[in-house]
Amino acid sequence: MTKQRQHQAAQEQDFSDVDRAALLAELACVLPQHALLSAPEELKAYECDALSAYRCMPLAVVLAENEPQVIAVLQTCHRLGVPVVARGAGTGLSGGALPHPHGVLLSLAKMKKILHLDPVARIAVVQPGVRNLAISEAAAAHGLYYAPDPSSQIACSIGGNVAENAGGLHCLKYGLTVHNVLRARIVTIGGEIIELGNHALDAAGLDLLALAIGSEGLLAVVTEVSVKLTPKPELAQLILASFRTVETAADAVAAIIAAGIIPAGLEMMDKQATAAVEPYVHAGYDLEAEAILLCESDGTAEEVAEEIGAMRAVLDRCGASSLRVSTSEAERLKFWAGRKAAFPAVGRISPDYYCMDGTIPKKRLAEMLKAIAAMEKKYQLRCANVFHAGDGNLHPLIMYDAAIAGELQRTEAFGAEILELSVRLGGTITGEHGVGYEKIGAMCVQFSADELELFHRLKAAFDPQGLLNPGKAVPTLHRCAELGGMHVHHGALPFPELERF
Amino acid sequence: MDDRTQQWIERIRSAAASGQALRWRGGGSKDFYGQALAGEILDTRGHCGIIAYEPSELVITARSGTSLKEIEAALAAAGQMLGFEPPHFGKESNNATLGGCIAAGLSGPRRASAGAVRDFVLGLRLIDGVGRMLNFGGQVMKNVAGFDVSRLMAGSLGTLGLFLDISLKVLPKPRSELSLRFEMPQHKAIETLNRWAGKPLPISASCWVADELVVRLSGARAAVDAARQQLGGETLDAEAGAACWMAWREQQTDFFAGELPLWRLSVPSVAPPLDLHGEQLIEWGGSLRWLSSGAAAESIRNAAAQAGGHATLFRASEDLKQEAGVFHPLPHHMLALQRRIKHCFDPHGLFNPGRMYL
Repeated sequence: MTKQRQHQAAQEQDFSDVDRAALLAELACVLPQHALLSAPEELKAYECDALSAYRCMPLAVVLAENEPQVIAVLQTCHRLGVPVVARGAGTGLSGGALPHPHGVLLSLAKMKKILHLDPVARIAVVQPGVRNLAISEAAAAHGLYYAPDPSSQIACSIGGNVAENAGGLHCLKYGLTVHNVLRARIVTIGGEIIELGNHALDAAGLDLLALAIGSEGLLAVVTEVSVKLTPKPELAQLILASFRTVETAADAVAAIIAAGIIPAGLEMMDKQATAAVEPYVHAGYDLEAEAILLCESDGTAEEVAEEIGAMRAVLDRCGASSLRVSTSEAERLKFWAGRKAAFPAVGRISPDYYCMDGTIPKKRLAEMLKAIAAMEKKYQLRCANVFHAGDGNLHPLIMYDAAIAGELQRTEAFGAEILELSVRLGGTITGEHGVGYEKIGAMCVQFSADELELFHRLKAAFDPQGLLNPGKAVPTLHRCAELGGMHVHHGALPFPELERF
Repeated sequence: MDDRTQQWIERIRSAAASGQALRWRGGGSKDFYGQALAGEILDTRGHCGIIAYEPSELVITARSGTSLKEIEAALAAAGQMLGFEPPHFGKESNNATLGGCIAAGLSGPRRASAGAVRDFVLGLRLIDGVGRMLNFGGQVMKNVAGFDVSRLMAGSLGTLGLFLDISLKVLPKPRSELSLRFEMPQHKAIETLNRWAGKPLPISASCWVADELVVRLSGARAAVDAARQQLGGETLDAEAGAACWMAWREQQTDFFAGELPLWRLSVPSVAPPLDLHGEQLIEWGGSLRWLSSGAAAESIRNAAAQAGGHATLFRASEDLKQEAGVFHPLPHHMLALQRRIKHCFDPHGLFNPGRMYL
């Protein structure tokens, strides 16, 4: 059963001819028995990632233990024309690791060795299944840490972080995954090993490392990652500021940046979010405030004192109704605890919630919040808002009850309207969670047919048969036409060559 | 402000039809960099102007032909700067442009602490090799929609597309800056720089040459003062320090005035002193080693590769560039992949043929 396929921009390929029995037989030849799962009860655990609204059973799950096994699986699937979806810890929020119904789910979670940690070079070489926080824990003895800290850092894996270009609470100052990864060793679907980047500060040729980071498992599978370690700041301190209106809070965000300060973290929560959080974690938030800001400074003691003074002055000038500066590490962590618990707190007061991830220019924050308030009325659903305000990344949490007929559909429409507005305000549909399966329709709003076609060509440059994570991240032109994204790009209708129905 | 988009689309379409190679060029300040120049020149300087700049967004968007000077002046007026501190390598007659800066992908002294050109690219519009206008990334800090094509453009030497405009993240200027000088042999400088880099010190640049190490401290006044106390050395006043960093960035010191070929070796910061004939100047905390040397290309490339990096023949005669190749040879799989990527953007091979490997 050898199958030659070809990736296409226009239409999704039909993989329904994959022969499961033949696939399992071939995989069994190249893998130890315990690395290959095929019983339905074993597959069940892998049917979704952290976006559990979407579920799908794969044909098989491979728990790869080393690079040769990864190569063997990819070569087998390549030969048989079988889709492969790579998965790290499964904490992704966009359905990027949602299995393919006719494909193999390739878990890298067992490849979790820290291969080498060089405190002098400030580099850790790790396998893809290593947890984000485990790197910082291993580096802590040397006064170093791995800076990107997505909220799932206890559980999420570095391989998944690379696939999604994960962000976090501190990326305004310390950057995203793309700024903190020096090298990735990848395996293509054909089984070739390619080294992207190195332990120097640049590599020869086109910067394919930048292209691979955030490519959502569409281009290759990562088997080894070298990350940059950062000296741990001596001290961190947090200001908690309350505002009577969201507009004044948003203005304060802009004013801090305009004053030449790059806070280590700059977060905003609206009243609905603090109301959800406070009874749950008792962070000490001001429940009268329409919005609160959390502004963190880190560095040497002298530096922090100077920066906290400067931030206080700006916040006062911008009309903060109250201002508290953490006086101990315990208090700083308590202030953060509320922000970090926002998602579960909302999960406590609502049976279900749907987290959005648009990014907009900071100056449009207040406008976006007003629009979301209007949408709450329109869709008859509540929405709590938490933002990475410093970089304009919004996480509106739309609360719904999937058990009530029509609520999920209204929620999806609510979410889609937020994303479309994000694009219209000069932003993007996803700041850090990725497109995955979830936002593939919204991609039609943000990109033209020509741009999507280019993405498909890039995909085909790595994966000509279109076997890696098909149906994710980059929509086919046909899907966009069908969705009727109706994105009028430069005055022309998109996809004029395609039928609409 | 001037917009040439439409004109360029037509020019590229007709070039695609006739197979005419094109070489887009700003001030020409980096014509020396890369393999042979080929193709009809498309001057980008007529497509210029800052399109949007709001200091509180930390983002600037400008047309590719805008001079770097104009951009840096606009940023400085708002107390901001380009974090990657790009070298201009131009004079009045051939001012560096933003498009050229991104295409060359060269970063300056602040690279090791603040990041490289590609780290600051947020979005980019280009015309591809068949005359399509494409827009990637955007004007916001965090954006993971679609492949990160805009960062790929940094250092692509004009081989993938004709840039229309570019959005960059910018940084506030440090409140305080000063430089410290130390007498130190090379091996000790490399060891010291790596040790310091492992501590939370506000070091924003380093340069070692002729047994003298200079480091720059940037940041909050209190942090810079505390670091000065801690590190010791001889303090250069702000003006003298700034002049030094400018001269190194622009390669205007004696070291760069030699007649011998200039090599750029990019290696891990901890790589021990490279045993190569010639003079060296070391930047980026040990990661960037400039070598002025007449040694055989192969020995230099081997030394860089053994250290885990690569060597570029940065400035040399056309003959030597031809003979030794400017860029470090790529492994077979990688070269094939890079060529396929080039083909995605420029299927007829119109843009800057031969300037890189592509």
